[in-house]
Amino acid sequence: MTLKQIEGSHGVAETIALCRPEVICAYPISPQTHIVEGLGEMVKEGLLNAEFINVESEFAAMSVAIGSSAAGARTYTATASQGLLFMAEAVYNAAGLGLPIVMTVANRAIGAPINIWNDHSDSMSQRDCGWIQLFAETNQEAMDLHIQAFKLAEELSLPVMVCMDGFILTHAYERLDVPTQQQVDAFLPPFEPRQVLDPLRPVSIGAMVGPEAYTEVRYLAHVKQLQALYLLPEIAADFKQVFGRIAGGLIRPYQTEGADTVVIALGSVLGTIKDVVDEMQEAGHKIGVLGITSFRPFPLEAIREALKGATRIIVLEKCFAVGVGGIVATNVRMAVDGTGQRVLTIVAGLGGRAITKTSLNAIFLDAMADKLKALTFMDMNHSVVDRVLEHERTVRRSGPIAESVLRDIGVVASNIA
Amino acid sequence: MNKPFAITLDVGSSLANLTGSWRTSRPVYLDRLPPCNNACPAGENIQGWLFHAESGDYQAAWRELVKNNPLPAVMGRVCYHPCESSCNRGQFDAAVGINSVERFLGDEAIKMGWKFDAPLPATGKKILIVGAGPSGLSAAYHLARLGHQVTICDAGPYAGGMMRFGIPKYRLPREILDAEIQRILDLGVTLKLNTKIDNILDSMKSGGFDATFLAVGAHIGKRTYIPAGAAAKVMDAVSVLRSMEGEELPMLGRRVVVYGGGNTALDVARTAKRLGATEAMIVYRRTREKMPAHDFEVEEALQEGILIKWLSTIKNVSDQGSITIEKMQLDEKGFPQATGEFETLESDSLVLALGQDVDLSLLNDVPGMEIKDGVVQVSPNMMTGHPGIFAGGDMVPSERTVTVGVGHGKKAARHIDAWLKGENYVAAPKHELAAYEKLNPWYYTDAPKTVLPMLDELRRQSTFEEVLGGLDESNALFEARRCMSCGNCFECDNCYGVCPDNAVIKLGYGKRFKFNYDYCKGCGICVSECPCGAIKMELEQI
Amino acid sequence: MSYQPIKFYQTGTFTVGNRLLDESDRSVQATATRENSLNSGHRACQGCGEALGARYAIDAAMAASNRQLIAANATGCLEVFSTPYPETSWQIPWIHSLFGNAPAVATGIAAAVKIKGRTDVRVVAQGGDGSTTDIGFGCLSGMFERNDDVLYICYDNEAYMNTGVQRSSATPPAARTATTMALGKSPGNVFGQGKNLPQIAMAHNIPYVATATVADLHDLEHKVTTAMGIHGARYIHILVPCPLGWGSPSNDTIKLARLAKETGLFPVYEALDGEVTSVSKIRKHMPVEEYLKLQRRFAHLFGKNPATETIARIQAMADKNIRKFGLLGEGVKS
Repeated sequence: MTLKQIEGSHGVAETIALCRPEVICAYPISPQTHIVEGLGEMVKEGLLNAEFINVESEFAAMSVAIGSSAAGARTYTATASQGLLFMAEAVYNAAGLGLPIVMTVANRAIGAPINIWNDHSDSMSQRDCGWIQLFAETNQEAMDLHIQAFKLAEELSLPVMVCMDGFILTHAYERLDVPTQQQVDAFLPPFEPRQVLDPLRPVSIGAMVGPEAYTEVRYLAHVKQLQALYLLPEIAADFKQVFGRIAGGLIRPYQTEGADTVVIALGSVLGTIKDVVDEMQEAGHKIGVLGITSFRPFPLEAIREALKGATRIIVLEKCFAVGVGGIVATNVRMAVDGTGQRVLTIVAGLGGRAITKTSLNAIFLDAMADKLKALTFMDMNHSVVDRVLEHERTVRRSGPIAESVLRDIGVVASNIA
Repeated sequence: MNKPFAITLDVGSSLANLTGSWRTSRPVYLDRLPPCNNACPAGENIQGWLFHAESGDYQAAWRELVKNNPLPAVMGRVCYHPCESSCNRGQFDAAVGINSVERFLGDEAIKMGWKFDAPLPATGKKILIVGAGPSGLSAAYHLARLGHQVTICDAGPYAGGMMRFGIPKYRLPREILDAEIQRILDLGVTLKLNTKIDNILDSMKSGGFDATFLAVGAHIGKRTYIPAGAAAKVMDAVSVLRSMEGEELPMLGRRVVVYGGGNTALDVARTAKRLGATEAMIVYRRTREKMPAHDFEVEEALQEGILIKWLSTIKNVSDQGSITIEKMQLDEKGFPQATGEFETLESDSLVLALGQDVDLSLLNDVPGMEIKDGVVQVSPNMMTGHPGIFAGGDMVPSERTVTVGVGHGKKAARHIDAWLKGENYVAAPKHELAAYEKLNPWYYTDAPKTVLPMLDELRRQSTFEEVLGGLDESNALFEARRCMSCGNCFECDNCYGVCPDNAVIKLGYGKRFKFNYDYCKGCGICVSECPCGAIKMELEQI
Repeated sequence: MSYQPIKFYQTGTFTVGNRLLDESDRSVQATATRENSLNSGHRACQGCGEALGARYAIDAAMAASNRQLIAANATGCLEVFSTPYPETSWQIPWIHSLFGNAPAVATGIAAAVKIKGRTDVRVVAQGGDGSTTDIGFGCLSGMFERNDDVLYICYDNEAYMNTGVQRSSATPPAARTATTMALGKSPGNVFGQGKNLPQIAMAHNIPYVATATVADLHDLEHKVTTAMGIHGARYIHILVPCPLGWGSPSNDTIKLARLAKETGLFPVYEALDGEVTSVSKIRKHMPVEEYLKLQRRFAHLFGKNPATETIARIQAMADKNIRKFGLLGEGVKS
């Protein structure tokens, strides 16, 4: 094993290259840009034999990917935030057409207000698009998940989105284990498409389907995605065989044995939470962690099983559904439906706001003391919010919320401690 | 391939969707009657033979042509081609030179020695034809091909009738005429020349003939009363033209006056010029517009130096040949009226070209014959009032042209054949006319008519060489291809190409197309874009 | 422009086929073995110009590529009428993704084909004027600019027909659509708007741009064949009358396409590397009224009080095209 001190994006780029992608679509948007830049460099240098296409938009990126994948080429692209939304129509389309595209989403907030920092709003907005969504906890896992993603995508003929936290992972330099070409080749066979545009065996892909069959088509898409619930653990096991380490799977329980409180989260924040939980356990609290790797399909059974011993479930999520509350939490509630287990939602880290151990520790203690409401926004400046709300009540032309918040605070939001 | 349900489909599967059910009206192919065919007195399938000529298969074209007319080389010279006057192409640029292509095919057949198809098996029936003119020869040809035994009797020394004794050589070279007559005789037709039939019933009986076709023509020049001195030289046009075929050429002198306004008058005047007349003048009582002669012949005559005195009648001729002429003027109805103004012409001879009468002496004592206005009356099947005796050509009421005669011969032959079998010949119903409005002329390339080469004027005034030259192969092909095939599919593939629903099936060369009504939605584009008007829409019966 | 090597005076160079011509010299559509890439049973309206144009173009492309062709199709009439589940009319490998992305999908296919070394396989993208000039314009421009190896074919029927005849940026002035109603002081679509996509395509300096109509098959096939002989981004803009949207009899589809060209309103030309290299001369010059009056979308220009000024403005557009492209030439009848 050789470890390289490299940026997360670079690690992902090198790993993608080892997966022998044939078509790569590149459109710049932070914080995924370094990944496609890395790949472009390799193609330009002749180290990677692929078509590297500088497209004119994310919509085009996904559209080119649809074309190349339908024509039988292993296809990769990456995006984030607004980019994901701009390609949304094509994202749904790729899933509907069952094209095994792999895409990295370097998770980032969505404007307005424009914000380049990390949260999960972007990929969560596409949770129902039919793609498989895998969340990486670390850069190493991000790299490993991409290898698995190609295998899964091509096995199921479904697109896979690998979500990694923007900046927190993509721009972090650390020692990463870049596998060898031999290893990747042993694990990932060449792409044998389920359906392909081929003059020798012509088909029409993308028919218009009316009420007479649309329900069946949607249901079959659901059933197909659910197959990943069986395949992901198998692939993770195969992966461990070849690469000798654990990555992927559906969920990742941590210290849940005997825990009556379990914190659920996705992505890199799991590391911080684990640190906090370790400390709290040392202090005698019965608290554990459950990381969700596969958000789509959502492993209802596995989560229900993993939460069996818990009486209190805290879902800490970097996104929320305006007008309702937690997104992940809603899904978790489905998993524990009928068990009577309480599910609390903590929204944290929006737009890149730092999630500190101190805050986590405090809010978990509050939760365990039953002091939390069902939906809590961690570290929110209530006085600012109250002042804005008061202002809006009194002034007709109060201006946009974001502006009034900034006016009141007078500082960049992310710097609020 | 493990194809996704519903979203990915097997190619071409829409054939299961029969869009023909949308249709409220359907296109159907039809054949319309081309105006040329409609106008042809000989009933030629002109478009049919042009079709073969277009592909350069001249023999096939000729065989199609002679199905109706055994004398294409003759007709290609002497026919006044009403086909061309009615040709739709005339409304587009200029009529197709049908006549010149016909002549080319006739000449080609002579040059190549093509023979008619062998006759049908012998029927054992004997038919007597009286008169070896265009009508008699045509009937003989058709009857012979139908398997009948045909004998032609003609009073003259040569076969051809008016084609020989009425049409000058410079319009119809005799070797052409001889070749086409010989080809008919080669079918096994017996020709008896210098054999005048005096009593037709006797001749039929003695020869054991089952039927007869009379086509004796109109060879007696009409005379009108013109006071003339005893020494004045007054002749009739028929005699003059007939004597051109004998050993002694007619003595017309240096100043020749021809009286009349028909084609025969022009023929005589032009012949006189060629015989050496310094002055050949036609006297006619009306104007050029009213002249029965074809204008192109008038034009040719004027080019050759023939003088024409319009609005003039001849009052008398003196012994010395002085001709007194009275000037005429047209009244409101277009009739010439005397003015009382006179003038005098000097001449060596006067030729009367005032029409011809029929010698009907052979019909004396034949029961049932009806004679009216000097011609024999026939029923629509060309039979006279006497069963088994048919008649045609100039001796029955008709326009007296070679083409009409040939048409009569064909028609009579068909009726005789049916009559002999105890049947009634019924011609196939005529298709509706392919009028110009039915065409989509966009698809025809602009191509002006080919002008035939003309003999230079000097030689036309002194020799009997043929005035009008023929087409050569390349321009015959060009001219044939100018045909727009009005009303009849010529396999241009337009319907096949323009159908948005691929509902036209191409059946292959010569087999045309058919509609696939399973898919035809009835849009009608094929009808609009058919160049020749061979498709029409019909309401669906729902 | 006529590309039939032998001129037949009977039918000229304008009919689909000619029994007297060598098989090899006939149009693709004249052959008994033509592909029928868009097969019978499709659900296009009666007299659909787009169905016709698509078969003309794709059959020619199939012939030119030796049947090694893949097509990407934008959403629109062509897509909807050809592939409603459970039937497809296409006989070729074909994909429909979205309204606005056909050029990009085609880019992807071309990239896949290239990386797989299938140099024999060629790619076309196709869509109507809405997807081409409006919603898919970004992707189209990107495809042009990168000079991707794609032939893009626009079937222009001058409005969004599939959604019920709404204005597109290819809708001509004065035309009535569902969103440019024949009401008010200046009924129909306004003057001075719209995109001239062939000219925009030329401005990308792509190797080949051409316009054509369904009225001149030989010219259309020649252009598709020429385009297929070139690599890089190529664009063919085909005028395809729409009986439904134009309010014209279904049997007038080809006639209208012909008149569009003969009036000068739709110039037919081709351009190599951004420069016009040939124009299809007007054969029988017609005033624009002859074209306009056959269509109900222009009906408000006629009637009791004809909009002579508006008609004159449209005539001026035609005259400008005639001047600009030199559409009147030798042998033109007027």
